[in-house]
Amino acid sequence: MRILFFALFLFSLAACSPDSSETPVSEADSSNATSSDQPESEGSAAAEPVRLVVYTSRQPHLIEPLFERYTQETGIDIDYINDNEAALIERLDAEGGETVADLFMTVDAGNLWHASERGLLQPIESESLDNSVPEALRDDQGRWYGLSMRARTIVYHPDRVDPDNLSTYEALARDRWAGRLCLRTSQKVYNQSLVAMLIEHHGEERTEEIVRGWVENLATEPFSSDTRLIEAIEAGQCDVGIVNSYYLGRKLAENPDYPVELFWANQGTTGVHVNISGAGVTRHAPRPEAARDLLEWLASPEAQAEFAQNNLEFPVNPDVAPRGIVKDWGEFRSDDTPLQIAGERQAQAVRLMDRAGYR
Amino acid sequence: MLATAESTASRLWPRADRRWLIGPLLLLVGIPLLMLLTSWAQPQPEIWQHLSQYLLPRLIGHTALMLVVVGIGVAVVGVGLAWLSACCEYPLRRILDPLLVLPLAFPTYVLAFIYLGMLDYAGPAQTAWREWFGATPVLLEAMSRPAGVLFILILAFYPYVYLLARAAFAGGGLAAFEASRSLGQGPVRTFFRISLPMARPAVVAGLALALMEALADFGAVSIYGFNTFTTAIYRTWLGMFNLTAAVQLASMLMLFVLLLLGAERFSRSTRVGQAERRPTGHRIRLTGARGWLATSLQLAVLLVGVVLPLIQLLVWAWPQLPDLFDTRLVRVVVNTMVLGLSGAMAVVLGGILLLAATHRTTRKQQLLGEVAALGYAIPGTVLAVAIMLAFLQLDRLAGTTLAGGMAALVMAYLIRFLRVAWGPLDSVAGRIRPQYVEVARSLGVPRWYRLSRVNLPLLWPGLITAFLLALVEVAKEMPATLMLRPFGWETLAVRIYELTAEGQWEMAAVPALMLVLLGAIPVAVLIRSGRVRAI
Repeated sequence: MRILFFALFLFSLAACSPDSSETPVSEADSSNATSSDQPESEGSAAAEPVRLVVYTSRQPHLIEPLFERYTQETGIDIDYINDNEAALIERLDAEGGETVADLFMTVDAGNLWHASERGLLQPIESESLDNSVPEALRDDQGRWYGLSMRARTIVYHPDRVDPDNLSTYEALARDRWAGRLCLRTSQKVYNQSLVAMLIEHHGEERTEEIVRGWVENLATEPFSSDTRLIEAIEAGQCDVGIVNSYYLGRKLAENPDYPVELFWANQGTTGVHVNISGAGVTRHAPRPEAARDLLEWLASPEAQAEFAQNNLEFPVNPDVAPRGIVKDWGEFRSDDTPLQIAGERQAQAVRLMDRAGYR
Repeated sequence: MLATAESTASRLWPRADRRWLIGPLLLLVGIPLLMLLTSWAQPQPEIWQHLSQYLLPRLIGHTALMLVVVGIGVAVVGVGLAWLSACCEYPLRRILDPLLVLPLAFPTYVLAFIYLGMLDYAGPAQTAWREWFGATPVLLEAMSRPAGVLFILILAFYPYVYLLARAAFAGGGLAAFEASRSLGQGPVRTFFRISLPMARPAVVAGLALALMEALADFGAVSIYGFNTFTTAIYRTWLGMFNLTAAVQLASMLMLFVLLLLGAERFSRSTRVGQAERRPTGHRIRLTGARGWLATSLQLAVLLVGVVLPLIQLLVWAWPQLPDLFDTRLVRVVVNTMVLGLSGAMAVVLGGILLLAATHRTTRKQQLLGEVAALGYAIPGTVLAVAIMLAFLQLDRLAGTTLAGGMAALVMAYLIRFLRVAWGPLDSVAGRIRPQYVEVARSLGVPRWYRLSRVNLPLLWPGLITAFLLALVEVAKEMPATLMLRPFGWETLAVRIYELTAEGQWEMAAVPALMLVLLGAIPVAVLIRSGRVRAI
């Protein structure tokens, strides 16, 4: 046994040494990516970069197919690292001018706004992007652009809820829904953005009343995910809830007869709350032009359908029609308040939810 | 402090060497921790006012509840099972013994999700109950509530106490137990007056690991919606965009833990007695119904902690089983193993150094040791950020390229898991007879020879435990691995993160299963060999 231990010890030492000798190799890899005077591009005709680096919090299976297509079409390799957005933002900030990242890609305008506030994204000018992405779904200075749109709306169980009784997010605070409402935790940025938008529309006082009403109507403690919330509605724990549409889409993709239905909220008032997944070129991007090209491509009709489809979201590009399940939900009016408001008011929303006892 | 002949002899390292042992270690480990403390240079009065008004009272209550419930839970389950398996004989003991450590192979977040998936309102258990009996199952209902996470934490962390207490009981508990019994003391009294006090350092070390891990846990508590100090840290960071205030909270947590550990060190009574490493007693034979009661107790814990979660994982993994043979997954498994082994070696080496620096020294020096091992009580992501900042800073100043390389990651594991190695080593070292070392010294055996032929072999059981714990911990570690790994270096934990970032836990069943199985191998192998040596 002792022999085994020392064998392991030696093995690990051996494993460590190649590691340490590998470190320079991987560093060399990334500096290959950073420096423009690398052998490959020296050899090629133009100073064309062969590689882009993306920091992303999106799941690989949602973006990888698109990146592969882009590589096939342009010959530009895309490397990415996946981590949660807060960690990536700190990393970008800490790396400063030495970063290898060209593009920062994440979900929720709140996160993108925060990254741009920290000075981690650079403004870019692109007519193509301005045409592809509606104004409300991008930063007014061009630091980030929405690439897919998701709607956060009301879902209900058709056996227990008459959709005629549904109208707005605000109305879910009424007594009618006492003990029947399910919400996801306020820890999730999606709810923070939704409440931020409510503050924008109604002011802080009125919004706090609404959120308190929600909390009083809760059938059970807030859920940790939209999927579990939808399952709770199916199982009868509650009757209505607020979720991002694609979570229901996934359920419907597995089972077209899934007994939870979607209701477009606030059609007669402010429009349904939408948010985005999106990206921006990093402040110190080694290859900003190439990063912009990728961004333009992702927003173009060519890529949009697939980008949205992969996660059952909606294309941001108005020229591209939604497909499949998403299309069956019908047209809806979305809230066209600029999304950067969601970021600006996020901290305010979090505090408001704390005060209202929304956990 | 005056060094008596006894204490000089019993030290593993001569006194003069010790300062340069702990110095560099403290420096290495201390820098990221100091970076957390520097956050206080920028006071955030406004956020603190909000926190203390709306969040802290409740969170402190929750955190205290967690500490008490999880502390009592892991102590009772861990010590109870350890006593049975180390000192008693009953049916199936040899098979059940090593299996009882297996819950350690489950990352807490995986265990939490499995249980919530099984037990919540929409889950199979409650649904079936409602269909059969037409009523709400009260117990299941209660377990799917936020406080149900306490059950998960007990399940996930009792093996720390079990492992360490078991080694303590096995190493000499029996002989003392027999002696006490032969003097006419009852078994219960003997257990509480003799056996338990002798195992106290081990139990406390295990308890400290369990509670620190519970304090730093984010995954499980957020899946259950149980708001603790950690969730407040993340809320402040992610929701209010205030990393400074979040880090201030984290450093408060760190100081609180230090206070607790310091109090424990100072309250520790004089040594109860040193036990022979090679025990001479006989196991207590539990026959008939009592024997089977012991067996079924162990089986019950095993069922809840291993079998049920494993079945649930298999059910989820079933449709994706072809992925098991994906060559990419093989690569990921190899990566996990390489990282696990190198990380565990670093952690164990660090643990040995820390032990050498603190063993049988002043309390002040031991407190410094506690500081060095504090990384375990800090929520993973916060510590990862601190380590990343430290390395980037170092790279800038020294012109190195450590950040983003394997070395930085291995050092991050060292900082995070030093305690995991130190705890078992310290509790074993406490039971080594100083005479052995003294004899070797008086025979003029050279120091390094003495070290490798006397000290290390004596420490052997502790080394095994330390290595095994560190290996499993490193393999499960997620936030630091995500942030500091070299480009494209995927491990099972990284895969699990990627697949579950959107909360679809079922999708991660295959890598989770692999991670559990991978963790189970060293656990089983080392426990078996450990047992052979202990008894």
